[in-house]
Amino acid sequence: MFNKIKHIWRVIRRLSGDDAYERYLTHHAQFHATMVDAPEPLSRKAFFKLWQDKKWTGINRCC
Amino acid sequence: MPKFLKSIVWFAVAMLGAYALSGIALSRGESINAIWMVTAAVCIYAIAYRFYAAWLAAKVLTVDETRATPAERLDNGRDFLPTNKWIVFGHHFAAISGPGPLIGPTLAAQFGYLPGTLWILIGVVLGGAVQDMVTLFFSTRRNGRSLGQMARDEIGSIGGTAALIGTFMIMIILIAVLGLVVVNAMKHSPWATSTIAATIPIAMIVGLYMRHIRPGRVLEASAIGVALLLLSVLAGGWIDHSATLRVLFDHEGLPLAYAIILYGFAAAVLPVWLLLAPRDYLSTFMKLGTIFLLAIAIVVLQPEIHMPAVTQFIDGTGPIFGGKLFPFVFITIACGAVSGFHALIASGTTPKLITNERDIRMIGYGGMLLESFVAMMAMIAATVLEPGVFFAINSPAGVVGQTAVEAVATINSWGFPVTVEQMEQLAKDMGESSLFARTGGAPSLAVGMASIFASAFGKSLLALWYHFAIMFEALFILTTLDAGTRVGRFMLQDILGNFNQKLGETSYMPSVILTSGLVVAGWGYFLYIGVIDPNGGVNILWPLFGIANQMLAAIALCVATSIIVKSGKARYAWVTGLPLTWLVVITSTAAYEKIFSDDIRVGFFAAANHLSAQLLSGVLSVEKAAVAPRLIFNQHLDAYLTMFFVFVLWIVVIDMINISRRYLQGKKVLASSEEPYVKTALE
Repeated sequence: MFNKIKHIWRVIRRLSGDDAYERYLTHHAQFHATMVDAPEPLSRKAFFKLWQDKKWTGINRCC
Repeated sequence: MPKFLKSIVWFAVAMLGAYALSGIALSRGESINAIWMVTAAVCIYAIAYRFYAAWLAAKVLTVDETRATPAERLDNGRDFLPTNKWIVFGHHFAAISGPGPLIGPTLAAQFGYLPGTLWILIGVVLGGAVQDMVTLFFSTRRNGRSLGQMARDEIGSIGGTAALIGTFMIMIILIAVLGLVVVNAMKHSPWATSTIAATIPIAMIVGLYMRHIRPGRVLEASAIGVALLLLSVLAGGWIDHSATLRVLFDHEGLPLAYAIILYGFAAAVLPVWLLLAPRDYLSTFMKLGTIFLLAIAIVVLQPEIHMPAVTQFIDGTGPIFGGKLFPFVFITIACGAVSGFHALIASGTTPKLITNERDIRMIGYGGMLLESFVAMMAMIAATVLEPGVFFAINSPAGVVGQTAVEAVATINSWGFPVTVEQMEQLAKDMGESSLFARTGGAPSLAVGMASIFASAFGKSLLALWYHFAIMFEALFILTTLDAGTRVGRFMLQDILGNFNQKLGETSYMPSVILTSGLVVAGWGYFLYIGVIDPNGGVNILWPLFGIANQMLAAIALCVATSIIVKSGKARYAWVTGLPLTWLVVITSTAAYEKIFSDDIRVGFFAAANHLSAQLLSGVLSVEKAAVAPRLIFNQHLDAYLTMFFVFVLWIVVIDMINISRRYLQGKKVLASSEEPYVKTALE
């Protein structure tokens, strides 16, 4: 039961984008950390600004 | 489960569905229970999904589980990203489901509950869900290209341009009609107006919180926002009861329309994080929550349907909008049965997230089935009302008469009993000054929802439930309005960028202001006309929107048909060809009637001529005579716009037929733009 609730919570966080920064950090650690002079990951605030701008470019709502 | 047991279960589902459907289709004289509509819908969806959609995936599209999707091949951690199918489903559904499936069925209920219900069920299974699924599939095979690009690649540049222009025009008409719905819900309702106005600062608070106070904490911020929204519904009631405050929010339609226009411009120019993004979070949460609640309430409460199966208005004399059952029920209910707009979502954002092609059936077909279910609930909410009440709320004063006594007499003469006292009591219960002639569908849906909610969760709170429902509708109508204006702005900048590079830059402020202003002026004009129209405006704008939306669906189906033919599967072309033919027939017929009909409530030219004659003979009152020239001009404009839509549609259809014919004759055609096969490395 507790695991189920935890799973649902994870899905809600994922759907809403609440965990976007954490996923970005994981992605960053996975793909960029091994590079020579890897760029520093963005701050939470800077990342969120980019994320939101990207999400709102193009058609994303319908009738 | 053993195979024979599975067969038995599916047979039982089919039988139950058939039984429920025949129950609602054949019942005459006695009222039926809404639970039968829900049962019929769920069984039909299940059968369609299990068999038809599976067959489409296996035989027509030949979905290949071993093929790498663009999300895998082009994974950049941002727009291309392999994503869990339930998450994609959630995003896709949130994107496609707007206010359309709530408004269309409410208006179409004037024909009775049956025509709309049948069209929602048949339309979605054979048309809408097919369109969404095949568009999603073909776009996934083409790196998530947009419908316009696919049209250009597969049919030719004319098709591409047509899709682009079609999208832009729909956006303008859609926003205007949605704006009109909100204006009509706020007209002389201080409670609704103050609550809806409060959603703007609430969205800004949420936006500031997410951006500056606790960056990226989307759920925290949304929870605060939802709490504030619920509080604003309560506060609205308090404002309504205060004699000094209520006058601040008690307005005629026109000032409210100007306020919406001003708001739309501000929303398009302001940064997304401040207004648009937070409003979208709030509206998505509210929308999903409320629809879920409504489904539970309907199942728990099992309300009786009071509307007859079929009313006399199938002959075209309906008060809400003029026009016969055929073709107008198919134009009025677009979203929920088949909506061309979805093709824009299904080609674009969603295909870039799909991990495996086998998910496409659930996301494309399944997502549209759920949207159709929302439309069914709206149909139920409209038809559980007493028909007399339903028509009193939804009929414009220009049709039933200006005073309550006149309106009641007219509606009674149609055979639908309703009294002035009954309407006064209802308005009092709902906390409104009057519920006569509150056109647009939102107030009647809110009354229906409030009655259902109040019966299921507490009768004493009718007024709160009513204004909650109004707030919920207005919230996501305004989100569509903001987002639509912005999309229109991007499109216009894209087009202008061809002539002047500077104007095409999305961050160049003079261009932002110019293009936003042009888009807002476009829909603002139609909104203005809708508000001053004595027949309520919905009668003109909603069919125009329906024709435009079905035209876009037809374009999407043309693209899909030509791809199916060109991939050597002409024997399956009927899968998209059948709904395409139907859409071409209904949009062309509807357009023909809107242009050439002698009925002044159907034909644009007939209405214009009638008004001109009245103006010349001097029978109009001074106020009406003052706006008449503008109304006449608008009727002409609408007629030419309709002609344009049909013209664009036929060009694309003829193009598609030519391409298909050339291919079948073995002549050279545009090569398929499908990306080559790459084996997936996932799993």
